[in-house]
Amino acid sequence: MNTSEVAELERELLQNEDLDEDDNEEKLTAQDVLEIIEKAWLNEKFSPEILPHKTEYVDCMLEQIKYMESNISFLQSTDIQVDIYKFELERIRYIITSYLRCRLRKIELYAFYVLEQETTRNSEDRYLSDSELKFAVEYIQNLDIHFDSILKKMPWNLQTLEDPNKRIKPNMDSYVFLRANKSVSNVIIKDVFENREEEVELLENSQHLLPYSSVVMYIKDKSVQLL
Amino acid sequence: MLCSNAVGLIKQLERTSDDTVPPYDTDNIRIVLQEMKSLYDENVEIVNSTRDHMEDAMFALKIRHRALKRNKRCLLAYLWNRLERIKEMRWQIGSILPAEMKCNFSPSEEQWLSNYNKSLASYMRTIGPNGGLNLLQNLKPPKSLYVVVRSLVDIGRIELDDGEMIVLKKDAQYMMLRSHCETLIHQGILEHVL
Repeated sequence: MNTSEVAELERELLQNEDLDEDDNEEKLTAQDVLEIIEKAWLNEKFSPEILPHKTEYVDCMLEQIKYMESNISFLQSTDIQVDIYKFELERIRYIITSYLRCRLRKIELYAFYVLEQETTRNSEDRYLSDSELKFAVEYIQNLDIHFDSILKKMPWNLQTLEDPNKRIKPNMDSYVFLRANKSVSNVIIKDVFENREEEVELLENSQHLLPYSSVVMYIKDKSVQLL
Repeated sequence: MLCSNAVGLIKQLERTSDDTVPPYDTDNIRIVLQEMKSLYDENVEIVNSTRDHMEDAMFALKIRHRALKRNKRCLLAYLWNRLERIKEMRWQIGSILPAEMKCNFSPSEEQWLSNYNKSLASYMRTIGPNGGLNLLQNLKPPKSLYVVVRSLVDIGRIELDDGEMIVLKKDAQYMMLRSHCETLIHQGILEHVL
């Protein structure tokens, strides 16, 4: 199946219902939501740090999956459409689980760093969802309990593990592939070795390989897409 | 040599393959902890006996302190890397690990794993509006809806997710929905036939 056929199929499958999004007042179709999740998934997969959560879209898509499943159950089981729809649902479900798994991995690896960063943000623009936050806190507590089991057998002046030593930081200067959704000018690339800065312009639909730290804000405002 | 046992622990992990958890090396850990204790005691003794001309003893103190820190770091690295492997296994096999794997864990690691399972389960329950999403399913991108599987054990009747009952016999081959058999494959009940 080529990409256009797949897109066609997705549109057909998702046409069932239009969905309201309260926060931005514009009407999103299930197709749009899926596209948002697909983009978020790619961004999350390729960025070194954790990105703002998309819980509302994930929730919406899961609701939609449930709805589609009930639609499928009305079809005759011998109908060829059933298998095609089911397969499509499997693909959507894979994207969602893979996206959430990817976030979970980052939360576990960078737990201390992520939580430190979260405390500097106010509750509206948190990067983690409530349940992810709870998971992160529990993960750290659990890790501390485990480390303490051996630390308390050490001489007293070594029994604590200082926070900086626990923190694993993502490498923000790692290089990422990206495509510009629209033209962005004055992107500043820092050259750490020669200690100077360089300005570049990203043309619409052009692809680049740049350090993550120079493009991070453009990823967050959706002007560029990681590949 | 100072710290050789601690480094030995790290090497031991390095030498085993990533998808196994070697037995928890209680003996070596005890030796390292003993070494730490004696290094610490020696340092305390030096501090107490050479109160007046500390400068002379400074190097001895510093070397021991470095060694203490190195030991601590190695021990924690040993624990942390083991946890990473245990976690990897937990994602591959499921929440219940076979007894022959668990016997390699320390009591604290078992405790950690059960806590981890609890938080993971409660996290997965809160995803989405309909009471959760199992992140342990759909681990690989779907290539086809149905897969051919062979049963490795005589398990008899089991119930699938949609309430359908099937009978699995040893060495028999079945064509099943991927979503139905993924968990069974991880548990080693079914084998994917290519």
